[in-house]
Amino acid sequence: MASPEIHHLFHNPIADHSFSPDKGTLAVARDNNVELYGKEGNKFSLTDELKGHEKTVTGVDIAPNSGRIVTCSQDRNAYVWERTESGWKPTLVLLRINRAATFVRWSPSEQKFAVGSGARVIAVCYFEEENDWWISKHLKKPIRSTITTLAWHPNSVLLAAGSTDSHARVFSSYIKGIDTRPEPSAWGERLPFNTICGEFLNDSAGWIHGVSFSPSGNALAFTGHDSSVTVVYPSAPEQPPRAMLNITTRYLPLNSLIWNGENEIIAAGHDCEPYRFQGDESGWQLAGTIENKTGAGAGSVREESALNMFRQMDLKGQSQVDTQLKTVHQNTISTVRIYEETNGNVNKFSTSGVDGRVVIWTI
Amino acid sequence: MSQSLRPYLQCVRASLTAALALSDFASQTSERHNVPEIEAQSSPELLLNPLTISRNENEKVLIEPSVNSVRLSIRIKQSDEIEHILVHKFTRFLTQRAESFFILRRKPVKGYDISFLVCNAHTEAMLKHKLVDFIIQFMEEVDKEISEMKLFLNARARFVAESFLTPFD
Repeated sequence: MASPEIHHLFHNPIADHSFSPDKGTLAVARDNNVELYGKEGNKFSLTDELKGHEKTVTGVDIAPNSGRIVTCSQDRNAYVWERTESGWKPTLVLLRINRAATFVRWSPSEQKFAVGSGARVIAVCYFEEENDWWISKHLKKPIRSTITTLAWHPNSVLLAAGSTDSHARVFSSYIKGIDTRPEPSAWGERLPFNTICGEFLNDSAGWIHGVSFSPSGNALAFTGHDSSVTVVYPSAPEQPPRAMLNITTRYLPLNSLIWNGENEIIAAGHDCEPYRFQGDESGWQLAGTIENKTGAGAGSVREESALNMFRQMDLKGQSQVDTQLKTVHQNTISTVRIYEETNGNVNKFSTSGVDGRVVIWTI
Repeated sequence: MSQSLRPYLQCVRASLTAALALSDFASQTSERHNVPEIEAQSSPELLLNPLTISRNENEKVLIEPSVNSVRLSIRIKQSDEIEHILVHKFTRFLTQRAESFFILRRKPVKGYDISFLVCNAHTEAMLKHKLVDFIIQFMEEVDKEISEMKLFLNARARFVAESFLTPFD
C-alpha cells in the first residue's frame, strides 16, 4: 500500500471537497467561499475563489462531465457556477427553503442535483429551459428533522437521505421530462415523485451522518452517531428488507462512507482515520484501519535526554509535547469521496476534514 | 492521586471524548442562525441524554451533549462552610474572566459550581484531546487548590488570632 498523498491547504475546517474528473482541480469549501486549487506538480495551489455566499458553505460538488460546480450554504442558497471566459459565473437556484442548506450532490446523469436542508425538505433541482433557471421540487413528506447527508442511486432517480431524526430514507425523485423511466429494481417498480422506497431506523437510533448506495444500487449503507454502520438489502417493493445488518464499533462516530465493490465499505469520522468493513448479505464485520501509523507523532521515538526535557519545560512549560495525533488527519474527517475507480472498485479515495487537509489514499 | 479519583477522572475523560463528536449544525428553528443547541433546547431530537458521573454526594460532573455543543458542569467538593465560601469566590473569579477562557460558561448550571460550554467552533480551532486534558487537569487541580487555600486561610486565621490575643495574656 502506497503512502497517502497529503495536501495541507490551510488551517480552517473543510466542510466538503470535490475533485474535477481529470483531478487537476480541487474545490474545497472554506468558510463563506469555495476555493479552487489547481494541481502543479505534486502540489495544489490556489487558482480561483468562488465568492457569493454569505454564510458557511456546507457543500460543493463538481459535475464530472459538464464541469459545472454546485455549492450550497447555511445562508439558504445554492449556486451553480459555470466557467466563462471572464471567470466563474454563478446562477442562483430557486431552492424555496427557509433554513440552512446542508448538503448538495449532482445526480449521476447531471440533469439534476439534490440539496438537503434544515427546513425538513430535500430540494431536487433541475434546469428549466423556458425560464433559463434552476428550479426545484421538494421532497418533504415524512422528514422530521434536518437532512444531514444525501446519496444518489446510479439510476439518478432514487435518492437516499440521512437525517437527524435518525432515519435513513430512500425517495424517488423522478421528474417528468428530465428523467427516463428507471428499470424496476428491488427498491420499486413504479416510482412517481416522492415515493418512499425505504425507511430505516437502526437499533440505537442515532443521527445519520453518512449514506451511500453500493455500486449496483442494490444495497444501502449508512453510518449513525451511535458509531455503527448499517447495511440494508431490500427485497421487493413494499416488503421489509431482505437483510438489515448493523455493525457496531467501539470507535467514535463515523461521518462519511463509500463502497468499494459490493463487499467492502470504507468509512471515516471523528477518529480521524478511515476504517474498512467487509462482508456480504450473511454478515459484515470491521476489517481494521487503512492507515499504518508509523509516522512521527505522540509516542514515537523522541530524544529522551534530560537536556531535551528541561528545554521543553523552559520553552513550553511542559516536559513532553503530545499535541500531534498519530493519524494523518489531525482532526475529524468530514467527507470521504471516491478519487479513482474501475468498475465500482475503488483504487484511490480522498478524505477531507476539519484540520484543513485533503488526503488521497491508495488502497 | 487517590484510589477513587483515578477511575472517576477516567470515566469523565472517556465520556467527554465521546460527547465531543460535534458537527457544524445550523439552527432548524430560526432562520440564518447557528446557535449551540444545548443552550437553545429548541428541538428535542438534537439533544442526547445528559450524563451524571458522581464520585460521592459532594462531587459530580454533568455532561449534556447535543449535535453541535456540549455543556459540562462540575460540582466541586465542599465539606464545610469555609470550603463553600472558597469555592464560590474561586469560581466567581474565573467566570468573571470567561472571555479569555473561551469554553467557560458565564453562569454555572443550577446545582453545580462551574460550567463549561464547548461548541463545534472550539473543537475545530483547538485540539480535541487537549481540550479534554484541560478539563481533566482542571478537575484534578481545583480540589488541591481549594484545600491549599483552606490551609492557608486557617494558618492565617491562627496567626491573626494569636497576634490579636497577645496583649491580653
